[in-house]
Order: sequence, then structure tokens, then C-alpha cells
Amino acid sequence: MPIYELVRLAFNALGANKLRSFLTTLGISIGIAAVIALLGIGTGVQEYINQQFASAGTNLLGIVPGRIQRGGPPSGFGQTSVLTVSDYRAVVNSVPGIVDHAADFTSVGNFAYGSKTSQVQVSGVTPSFTRVRNWPAARGRFIEEADDGARARVVALGTTVVKDLFEEGEDPVGQVVRINGVPFRVIGVMESKGSSVFGDQDAIAFIPLSTAQERLFQQQAQSKSGERLLSTIYLQAASDDDRLFIQAAARTVLREQHRLRPDQEDDFSIISQAELIETFGAVTSVLTIFLGAIAAISLLVGGIGVMNIMLVSVTERTREIGLRKAIGATSSAILSQFLIEAVVLSMIGGVIGVAIGIGGALSISNFVDFQAVVQPGAVLLAVGFSAAVGLFFGIYPARRASLLNPIEALRYE
Amino acid sequence: MTVATAERSTLATRNGAHADGAKPTPVIDVRGITKVYKMGDIEVHALRGVDLQIYPGELVAIMGPSGSGKSTLMNILGCLDQPTSGKYRLDGVDVEKLNDNQLAEIRNKKIGFVFQSFNLLRRTSAIDNVEQPLIYAGVPPRERRERARAALEAVGLGSRLKHHPSELSGGQQQRVAIARALVTNPAIILADEPTGNLDSRAGAEVMCIFQRLNSEQGITVIFVTHDPRIAQHTRRIIRIADGQIVGDEPVEEQLIACHGEPLKY
Ligand SMILES: Nc1ncnc2c1ncn2[C@@H]1O[C@H](COP(=O)(O)OP(=O)(O)O)[C@@H](O)[C@H]1O
Ligand SMILES: [Mg+2]
Repeated sequence: MPIYELVRLAFNALGANKLRSFLTTLGISIGIAAVIALLGIGTGVQEYINQQFASAGTNLLGIVPGRIQRGGPPSGFGQTSVLTVSDYRAVVNSVPGIVDHAADFTSVGNFAYGSKTSQVQVSGVTPSFTRVRNWPAARGRFIEEADDGARARVVALGTTVVKDLFEEGEDPVGQVVRINGVPFRVIGVMESKGSSVFGDQDAIAFIPLSTAQERLFQQQAQSKSGERLLSTIYLQAASDDDRLFIQAAARTVLREQHRLRPDQEDDFSIISQAELIETFGAVTSVLTIFLGAIAAISLLVGGIGVMNIMLVSVTERTREIGLRKAIGATSSAILSQFLIEAVVLSMIGGVIGVAIGIGGALSISNFVDFQAVVQPGAVLLAVGFSAAVGLFFGIYPARRASLLNPIEALRYE
Repeated sequence: MTVATAERSTLATRNGAHADGAKPTPVIDVRGITKVYKMGDIEVHALRGVDLQIYPGELVAIMGPSGSGKSTLMNILGCLDQPTSGKYRLDGVDVEKLNDNQLAEIRNKKIGFVFQSFNLLRRTSAIDNVEQPLIYAGVPPRERRERARAALEAVGLGSRLKHHPSELSGGQQQRVAIARALVTNPAIILADEPTGNLDSRAGAEVMCIFQRLNSEQGITVIFVTHDPRIAQHTRRIIRIADGQIVGDEPVEEQLIACHGEPLKY
């Protein structure tokens, strides 16, 4: 029998029991919707993370004190593992191939402007920070050499801080805010970075590194031996190969600086952009697999629903099956008829599920910062998978129907 | 159509298929057929050696008490069931040697089956019901529609094509079922108590259709009935009791159920 005849018969049969057919497809719909939405969100998160790191600048290395171990908690914080300004100078002076570099010392400050207050991160940074992190000021200007040399009390605000402290439409540039009681002149407002896996990136303010170390955070920014401390050193490489070389060379220099014996572990970490992308990629793909597994289970449940309804349907339609055999249907025609019915049933569920899934993925994008990405491949996969579910769970009921004895089927009450 | 009146048949002389002399091959040739149903330890001998020949163009009634094996015989004749022993040749073909698909094809093309309880598909229009056998025959949709319409017109239901079974009277439903049986142009129509659920008027309508199909198209019609008057519409009555043929006589005074227009099919 041609397939379009079978599909027609299937639609007629399913149409005869619309509500039941609809309820049965619901199980499949939910499973497929979950698959589509979760894959869409997973892909969206992945792309978002890649984009975040790409916007931070390519071939960027970050050096932080302490050891960040993959797959475990950071260690070495108990000891006084620190980065100092002399570490920074030593690395920059003795490692060749560094195109650009920056450093920061970061702490928390209490901001006040008029009656409004806000507690946010304050980063004392070198003027090069804006280039290395690829993060310019949207209004006014960023910290410059002169500010750093003069230990000037100037600040460039992130947009969240602006929102916290100023009225809408009020221009912060030129105003004076107090940080931990000390007056600072606002020289610029940073471009918004949005929130990321790291949280709200705009809840930050930048002041000159020297101002932070020698004025605002004088106590915190000093080691026991009186050296000035840093939170992060950024090194920019020209290429991927350079980055690997610089990473190795900087490590050697820092181990010397910290006088580490060969048997001692590093008391600092050099993090590269590429490694971060990999790490986050691993996390999100585990997440995607996990969510995918949940979706698969719901599909399985949906498939059992289809099988159940098909079995009920075969029993209910025993006389019909007997009649069809009496008027010339072969066993294989009956088999295909019920099989196609199961496949059509679950594919309708699949199509509804795809629609719900896309809708869900897109509406989630309204509440979070990233855009869910529904790939055509995922849609095809989902519809194909729902057809496979119908086929798999339809075989048993369809076979039962095809094996019915026509006489007994016709006598069935 | 009016209720049948006793009238000498003109059909018999016009259509004497089994006239003595050069006998054609029987369309149905049954020899020594038995059927045993096993229900656990109990064996039910539904047929105990039946011999029967029916020739092309015959119109035959089968009568007998309930449980005598009439339905069992009809199911075997209709290739819905196989005998426990014995030979059945249908149109010269040994049915025993056919596989399931060939049996399905015979049921589809050669035989039209009519049931006491109509067995129409619910929630399906008359014309869609009649189309069903043509689907399995591989007839394309457009031709299917046309043939189904023609078959329904032939049974006088040309104005009820879109009606569902629940919207039709018993007699009309049975006529839809007959249209479904004849839409594939079968050589034989087998009907198991086709008038059993109908009143005498609807029964006469069914008889009229059978007589016309038989006389105008030469279709062999065999039906089971309990009603001697219904049986009088044939030219031959076979009596079954306890799984055996106990009588086989020609009808002396055949009743004619139809009046007026001949069947246009
Ligand atoms: N599927 C079956 N299983 C067991 N016994 C059956 C079956 N079908 C029919 N019989 C028995 O076979 C005998 C003949 O039945 P049937 O052919 O239906 O009689 P009729 O149609 O003449 O009333 C009855 O005794 C009936 O009980
Ligand atoms: Mg019976």
C-alpha cells in the first residue's frame, strides 16, 4: 500500500478520537519541547561564553595569586601567596614577546553620592587595562598615565554604579563621589558589558593603580615585607604560539621571584583565555548532556503512552481489524496501518513539541542575557526522534493487530 | 420498492446457469469438508463432511437451525477460515495451497462478504466505508470515489453518500454494506443472515438487490437465512443440520422482490 494511503487512514482513525489522540501526543510534545528548549539554551550559553571571552581579548593571559586547580577547589590561599608589583616588573622586563600588559589591585569600596550609596568592586588599574581588556569608556575618558603618576583621585564608573548613585539623565562625569569617605572626581562611564557567568560585570569602578595602592587601600595593598600587591597581571600575546611561550617563560620568572624550590608547587596561576573557554565548554556540555538525558526520559515516558493508547486502540478496534481483513487487507497492510498511526501520532506530538520548544527557548531569552539558539539540526533530530519513538513503541501493538484472526476479530464484542 | 409478491420467476428461464447438459465448472466446489473447533479438552464438530457445488450465476439460500454450522461454512467459503479437512476449490483454484496474501487478494477481488451486523466503520461516511476495499485493491483515490458512488447509487443510496452509519436505518446500513461488497466487482457475494437484523420491508429491499445483482450481472449470491419466505427469493435452498447437508432442492415458486427500474450498475 502506498504510504500516503496509510497516512490518510491514520489521520482518519486519529481524527475519530481527537481528544484521546491529542492527550497522547502531549507526552511526546513535552519530551520534544524539552529537548528543543534545552539544546537551544545549551547552544546559546556556549555561544555566549565564547563571545564573552572573545570580547575580553584574544591571546590574553591572566596571572593571579594562589593555585586554581582544575576540578578542585583553589589551594594555596592559606599561605601568603601573593603577586607584587616587582613580580609584574620582572615578568614584563624579562619575558620577550609580550605585546601589551596591565595590572590591577581590586577590593571593595563604599560609594556615596548625595544620599545614595552603593557597595561595589573597586579596581586600581594601570591605564593599559582599557586596551588589554578591550573595554573602553563610553562617556568621558578612562584612567591615563598622568592620573596614575599623580595618584589622582579620579574614577571611571561601571554602568551599574551609575544607576545606583545617579538620577536618570544626570551626567556623572565631572561630579564628585565618595569612596570609603574619600572624594573622587568622576572622569568617565564605562561601556556596559552586561552580566556573564561571572555575574554583573558593570558593578565595578576603576581608579588609578597608584591611588588604590597608596591611598585608598594602603593597608590591604601591602605585603608583610612592605611590597605593593596586585590582584591580577594581564599579558597580551601576539599569537597562539606566543601565548604558550609567554605562559612558560612567565612561570619560570615568577618561580624565581617567589624563590620556589623545584619540589614546591606554583603559588600562582596563569590562566589563558583558551583554557577558560575549554573549562566552561566542558561544564556546559555536561549540563547539556544531563538535561538531554532528562528530556530523553520524558520522551521514553511519552513513547510508553503512545504504546498504551495503541494497544487500547487495537483492542477497541478488533472488529474493524476483522472487517478489514475480510474485505481484503493483508496482515502486512494492517501492520503498516497501525504502525503509521503510531508514527503519525508521535510525529504530531513532535511537531507540537518543536513549536513549544522554540517558543520556550525564545521566551527564556527574554529573562536572561544570552540568546537561545535553536539549530535546524536539532529540530530535524527531534522530529526524527519522535518518529522513531512512534515506530519503536508502535511495533508491538501493530503486530498484535496484524496477527488477529479475522473470524475471531469479527465475533469480538 | 414494495413488499415482494408471489410471482412466477422469469429469471429462471433467462438465466439458467446450471441447466442440465454441458455443465460448466462449479465456482464453488467443496468436497468432504470438516471443521473441528478445539476448546480446551472439548472438540466441537461444527462441520462433519460437507459436499457442495455451486455454479456461476446461481442464487442460493442456506437454511438450518442455530448452531448447525452455517456460519462456519460461509467463513470457509469466504476464505476467512480454513477447513480442518477436505477440499475446497474456488473457481478451479485449490484454496488450501494459497498463502495468506493470496487469500487476502481473493477476499478483496473475488468475494464480497455481507454480515448480519453490517460491520460498517463508525464515524466514517457511507462513501468512505464503500471505498475501503478499493484502498486495499490499490485503486487510485479519484477512481475509488467514482466507483464507490456508483455502487451506492446501485443500492439506491445515491443521496446518502456523506451520511454516517448512525444516521442511517438498519436497511440502509445493510445496503451500504452490500455496496461495499460489490464495489470490487466480485464473482461471488456471501451473506451470513443479511436480513437477520432487518424488518420484512428492509429484508425485501436486500432481496431485490441480490436478485438484480444475480440476474443482471450474473454474480453468484449465497446467503444464510432463517426466514423461509426470504429463502423463497432464490432458486435453490440448501438445508444444514448438525454440520451436514440434509437437503438441497430447487425453488418451485420463486418470489420476485423488485419492481420498476432495473439496476443500473
Ligand atoms: N470459534 C469457535 N470456537 C468454538 N466453537 C465454535 C466457534 N465457532 C463456532 N463454534 C461452534 O460451532 C458450531 C457451529 O457454529 P456456527 O457455524 O456459528 O453455527 P450457525 O451459524 O449455524 O448458527 C456451534 O456449535 C458453535 O458453538
Ligand atoms: Mg451463524
